[in-house]
Amino acid sequence: MQVNDNKDFQPLIVAFCCNWCSYAGADLSGTNRLNYPTNVKIIRVPCSCRVNPMFILRAFQRGADGVILCGCHPGDCHYTSGNYFTRRRMTLLFSMLDFLGIERDRTRVEWVSAAEGAKFAATMNEFTEAVRKLGPNRRLEDLRCRKQ
Amino acid sequence: MQRIGVFVCHCGTNIAATVDVKTVAETLGHEPGVVISQDYQYMCSESGQNLVKNAIKEHNLTGVVICSCSPRMHENTFRKAAAAAGLNPYLVEIANIREQCSWIHKDIATATEKAIILGRAAVAKVHLNAPLTAGESPVVKRALVIGGGIAGIQTALDIAEAGFDVDIVEKNPTIGGKMAQIDKTFPTLDCAACILTPKMVEASQNEHITIHSFSEVAEVKGFVGNFQVKIKKKARFVDETKCTGCGLCTEKCPMKKVPNEFNMGLDNRTAIYIPFAQAVPKVATIDPNYCMMLKNGKCGVCSKVCSVGAIDYKQQDRFIEEKYGAIVVATGFNPIKLDKYDEFAYNQCPDVVTSLELERLMNAAGPNGGTLLRPSDKTHPHTIVFVQCVGSRCDDSKGKPYCSKICCMYTAKHAMLIREKYPDTEVYVFYIDVRTPGKNFDEFYRRAVEQYNVHYIKGMVGKVTPKSDGKIDVQASDLLANEQLHINADMVVLAAAIEPDKTARPLATMLTTQMDTNDFFTEAHPKLRPVESATAGIFLSGACQGPKDIPETVAQASAAAAKAIGLLCKNSITCNPCVAHSDELMCNGCSSCEKVCPYGAITYIDKEFRMPDRTTKVRRVASVNPAVCQGCGACTVACPSGAMDLNGFSNSQIMAEVDAICK
Amino acid sequence: MNKNLKEQVLRSSGANVLKCMRCGKCSATCPSYDEMEYHPHQFVYMVEKGDIETLMKSESLYRCLTCFACVDRCPRGVEPAKVVEAVRLAAVRQQGGNRLSPDMIPDMLDEDLPQQAIVTALRKYAK
Repeated sequence: MQVNDNKDFQPLIVAFCCNWCSYAGADLSGTNRLNYPTNVKIIRVPCSCRVNPMFILRAFQRGADGVILCGCHPGDCHYTSGNYFTRRRMTLLFSMLDFLGIERDRTRVEWVSAAEGAKFAATMNEFTEAVRKLGPNRRLEDLRCRKQ
Repeated sequence: MQRIGVFVCHCGTNIAATVDVKTVAETLGHEPGVVISQDYQYMCSESGQNLVKNAIKEHNLTGVVICSCSPRMHENTFRKAAAAAGLNPYLVEIANIREQCSWIHKDIATATEKAIILGRAAVAKVHLNAPLTAGESPVVKRALVIGGGIAGIQTALDIAEAGFDVDIVEKNPTIGGKMAQIDKTFPTLDCAACILTPKMVEASQNEHITIHSFSEVAEVKGFVGNFQVKIKKKARFVDETKCTGCGLCTEKCPMKKVPNEFNMGLDNRTAIYIPFAQAVPKVATIDPNYCMMLKNGKCGVCSKVCSVGAIDYKQQDRFIEEKYGAIVVATGFNPIKLDKYDEFAYNQCPDVVTSLELERLMNAAGPNGGTLLRPSDKTHPHTIVFVQCVGSRCDDSKGKPYCSKICCMYTAKHAMLIREKYPDTEVYVFYIDVRTPGKNFDEFYRRAVEQYNVHYIKGMVGKVTPKSDGKIDVQASDLLANEQLHINADMVVLAAAIEPDKTARPLATMLTTQMDTNDFFTEAHPKLRPVESATAGIFLSGACQGPKDIPETVAQASAAAAKAIGLLCKNSITCNPCVAHSDELMCNGCSSCEKVCPYGAITYIDKEFRMPDRTTKVRRVASVNPAVCQGCGACTVACPSGAMDLNGFSNSQIMAEVDAICK
Repeated sequence: MNKNLKEQVLRSSGANVLKCMRCGKCSATCPSYDEMEYHPHQFVYMVEKGDIETLMKSESLYRCLTCFACVDRCPRGVEPAKVVEAVRLAAVRQQGGNRLSPDMIPDMLDEDLPQQAIVTALRKYAK
């Protein structure tokens, strides 16, 4: 595996956050002024199980360097069982992406509750750093989608 | 062509200090479809909202993007403002540039850049927003209470008090539940029957309350405000409308050797029986497992002695269907079976009893008429050992992991009552911890020790051995004295753990409510919504939600009633419009979505479609009930044909956001 | 307190002493209780505290019959007998720390001795 030493590389990271836990957790890290890189852009979804694998593939196709999916802790889902579906679906998707040669570190599922602002910020820092080390996503990026 | 307005909030300096709001507003102004882009000091203020309202009217906007704080904060504010200006409130999108941008970043250049991207994503999304209307569904003004113990009775009385009709479904021949079996109640030691039976009578006489005794819930369909419930009225072989409860049949019935479940099997009843003197409804029931007439057609004594002709040996189970707006679950608890605790010799020795059995032994209406006698030889016991935490606080393989909560108090009560009535009796209580939080509870326990001289020993009983002389050897440890004790006891009383009633789990499946691993119903929020289930319209009352004593049960019962009344008061309820919907032309009826729906909101209908060649074809397609759907979106991902989509978070909207961010 | 010793005992017993809720049912059920200086519940507590050397010196180690009554009855699944066994192993594993020599055993065999106890005694000399 090639390790990217370029410190200036700014990865583009898409984070899907469920409305009830993780999005609130992200808000909390803001309220507590806990820094994480600007590279992370959050998309709000009602539940982590709303995230279609297509969205993740689309993000990679359009040039995202990492995708992270955040939901309520297992057992705490606002919709009873949504995050269990997420867990299964993403296990499958990520192992497929792994098979395709997309490094495991580019994708992640994390459980962040509405009270875990610090965990959210720490996760984002860590994840951004991991993706930064991997360098730009080339395998799944569709060059036709690149800005001219 | 879309006409979108962008409004960037400074939030004082909260946003403006790290995000160059002017640049954000100017850049977003060049986005496709954006006709007006403004920034303002406080967008959520009255004048800020007016700015938005005026812009909507002036520019005839078709969509609004507010770049401000979290949508969890002010989404509703701006939706209302939009609605006031005549724009559908669901055409408003918020870009969160405070909590998720200005507050976490320090560098103005990169923060501004991020704010622009977030704004751009919101603009891209709002392009695809559709106007949504929150639906309304009517509320049936009738409540169902499942379980007729003290919890169910209290809930029903409170709902009836507010003027709504309530049905109680009770699986036993009488209401009253566990409290009817209890002798005295702690910490005041007033007799349970004296405070419960008036309530039972009140429930039976209340014009708003219908009691379906000896009945079970067979099927639940529908959703909040409109549940359709099928109730199975089990055959009691006695016409309820005719029986006067005179009890002559129970005296004359020749089959007298039926274990009496009301007295915990400590004495016998007849095959036709009334559970206890104050039963409500006071109607006889024939036990088909023992009745000789029903078993082999030879007897018929009861029908001969019945002066009103109420006996009907041909009665069948009946089903009635009823509609309800709200359902309250009050299924209560049972003590656990003690079969697997061999060390306590419960199955070997009749003088080892559970606490509920001791309640009956001490009750004036019990098998011994209130005199405490050993079940084996009917002699007065002189040494009684109480064992706490039997099956509670255990490893999952050994029993229940939770504390049953009521045992410490009722054991103190039993010990005290015995010492009061029979001062010559020595009472030992083996405890691990004495847990007596509650008003006047610890004082009560201390009274047992200080005033009644009950021997409280910290330690656990390891082995109970019945001896040939009728005594019982109790081997236990005294942890404080660090010694092993052997007590020569006459009776051993086990404080068995309590567990939810066995009917609770199938009921939870019918109601699509959540349960924990111990089969207790899960409340919607452990602190702030303790009497509601996560399923709308289903409320929880009493020990079905967790171990509880009587005061707590009654408090929760009234709280559940208040919540149910709050729902029944409404003529209709507004539904969340951000729900799933299926494109019938794409749906192939595969049932994938139905399986993942946690609310049972998806059903299948056969629908006629016109084919291109002008023929018609009937196809099975999914249909979402918008009143039940909560909008999680699990089905949208499960759908293999892409027919299922979610309002407000549609596939195309999220894709547009992804595209805008990755541009 | 000897941390390594505690870790060794915990690892070789496989028991989680932190699950103990101090009910004393292990000691209540123990047939050798009166023979022991330290009782099963004390074993569990002292291992939790890391006070293992005291236990290793105590005769109590060899009074435990390994009858597993405490393991069977413990409501929390702590498995005190396994803790005792682990401390015993810690004692006999020390070099030259054997309490008995193997040829002493045949004389001590007893018809009434539970088979488990014989196996336990022999296990001490397995290595």
